[in-house]
Amino acid sequence: MKLLTVSNLTLGYDNRAVMENVNFEVNEGDYLCIVGENGSGKSTLMKTLLGLCEPLSGEIQYENGICKSEIGYLPQQTIVQKDFPASVKEIVLSGCQSKHGLKPFYGKKEKATALANMEKLGISDLADRCYRELSGGQQQRVLLARALCAAGKILLLDEPVAGLDPQITMQMYELISSLNKEGMTIIMISHDIYGALGNASHILHMGEKATFATREDFVKSDIGKLYISYEQLCERRVV
Amino acid sequence: MEKLILYMNYPFVRYALIVGVLIALCSSLLGVSLVLKRYSYIGDGLSHVAFGGIAIASVANLSNRMTVVLPVTVISAILLLRTGHNAKVKGDAAIAMISVGALAFGYLIMNVFGSSSNLTGDVCTTLFGSTSILTLTMTDVWLCIIMSVLVVAAYIFLYNRIFAVTFDENFARASGTKVDFYNLLIAIVTAVIIVLAMNLVGSLLISALIIFPALSAMRLFTSFRGVTVFSAIFSVICALLGIIVSILAGTPVGSTIVATDALGFALCCATSFGKRRLA
Repeated sequence: MKLLTVSNLTLGYDNRAVMENVNFEVNEGDYLCIVGENGSGKSTLMKTLLGLCEPLSGEIQYENGICKSEIGYLPQQTIVQKDFPASVKEIVLSGCQSKHGLKPFYGKKEKATALANMEKLGISDLADRCYRELSGGQQQRVLLARALCAAGKILLLDEPVAGLDPQITMQMYELISSLNKEGMTIIMISHDIYGALGNASHILHMGEKATFATREDFVKSDIGKLYISYEQLCERRVV
Repeated sequence: MEKLILYMNYPFVRYALIVGVLIALCSSLLGVSLVLKRYSYIGDGLSHVAFGGIAIASVANLSNRMTVVLPVTVISAILLLRTGHNAKVKGDAAIAMISVGALAFGYLIMNVFGSSSNLTGDVCTTLFGSTSILTLTMTDVWLCIIMSVLVVAAYIFLYNRIFAVTFDENFARASGTKVDFYNLLIAIVTAVIIVLAMNLVGSLLISALIIFPALSAMRLFTSFRGVTVFSAIFSVICALLGIIVSILAGTPVGSTIVATDALGFALCCATSFGKRRLA
């Protein structure tokens, strides 16, 4: 089932185009990984998909009744959050915000959703801990649980492993991959193409131009080969 | 104690207590959000704008200063808070610019066009709060009560949304919360509170009412609810103590309240330090 179609999209801000002619589509259950250099417009693309930025031209079409309140979003951490006094429970619950409409307070249903998602990500024992006292990996799980509370079918992740150590990074990828296997559609930005290639079903590479391909096709393409040989080179050097 | 009971018989003392406590309550609630959004200095900036407004109003000889002061302050608040992180001039610099600019123009206007014989006295009063908290009329008190009830009710009703917007604006916006509307609301309410609070502590000390309760609460509490509730209680107690002390000791109201707040903050720091040592 098709969820999202992007056609002839031009990304940018202040009327300055960063990337032109972006085309891709996402079907239910896909795991799309967006890779590319700094400044190639990855984050701008994600913000445009979320409606935080206006596209300069082109079209983004959510299909089969996906609306804004059904998209889960894991943003990059901001400075404000680093020393924010809030318990894990409060933050995860705030993900239910969009679903409960105009009601002022959270009801049983929202609390149950929050609890279930904390359980799923293995952070229910942290429920009453303060967010600022957690490790980077734990904080990321909290924000992911919040995103899950908001997500109906699609999860958008902006560099979910930035600043995490290798072991926690692996765990995070496994977690995202298991969510994908449970039927969640994933769109993820990543710097780390190696980790991305492992689980993704589709790749959107943003370089000179944006190229969209399945993982198999990407691996065979020139850019894909370049990336992979580079990664293997690094791998060998480490070993 | 007897002296206190004697003073309590005067209606103006009761009015001062009511207004003081209500303003302290409202500003502490907003303070939590403002401090966390890195807008601690907005109180200072806006109150200087209000000072400029008062200067214009008094030079123009308007009987009701509020008609100038309130709109000017509200507009500045909206400009400052709405542009947010996308502005060409960043938050802190914008606040500093507006704040000193308004202060300079206000004093300049008062000096050049002013007709008052006691200019220094007038300026000092607006900057450090006046005894006008002790000369409140029944109308002032009712206005303040209505405003406070509105602010507190709105805060409780929108509590969860304020949390979402304060913690993560982008996430809230992405999941369909009307972030701009809530930011606008926070800006307007901040401006109104500041204009009201100017009578109490004056425009130089207003930041204290916004910052101290929130910072003290953050020393001791780790959840947003805990911080909000404690900062409200903290602020009310400090305002009460400050006003009572200033009446009994004959000290200036504004600075006494702020001094109490500062002492309370020190106490909270010490408690948090002690707790960590013991743990």
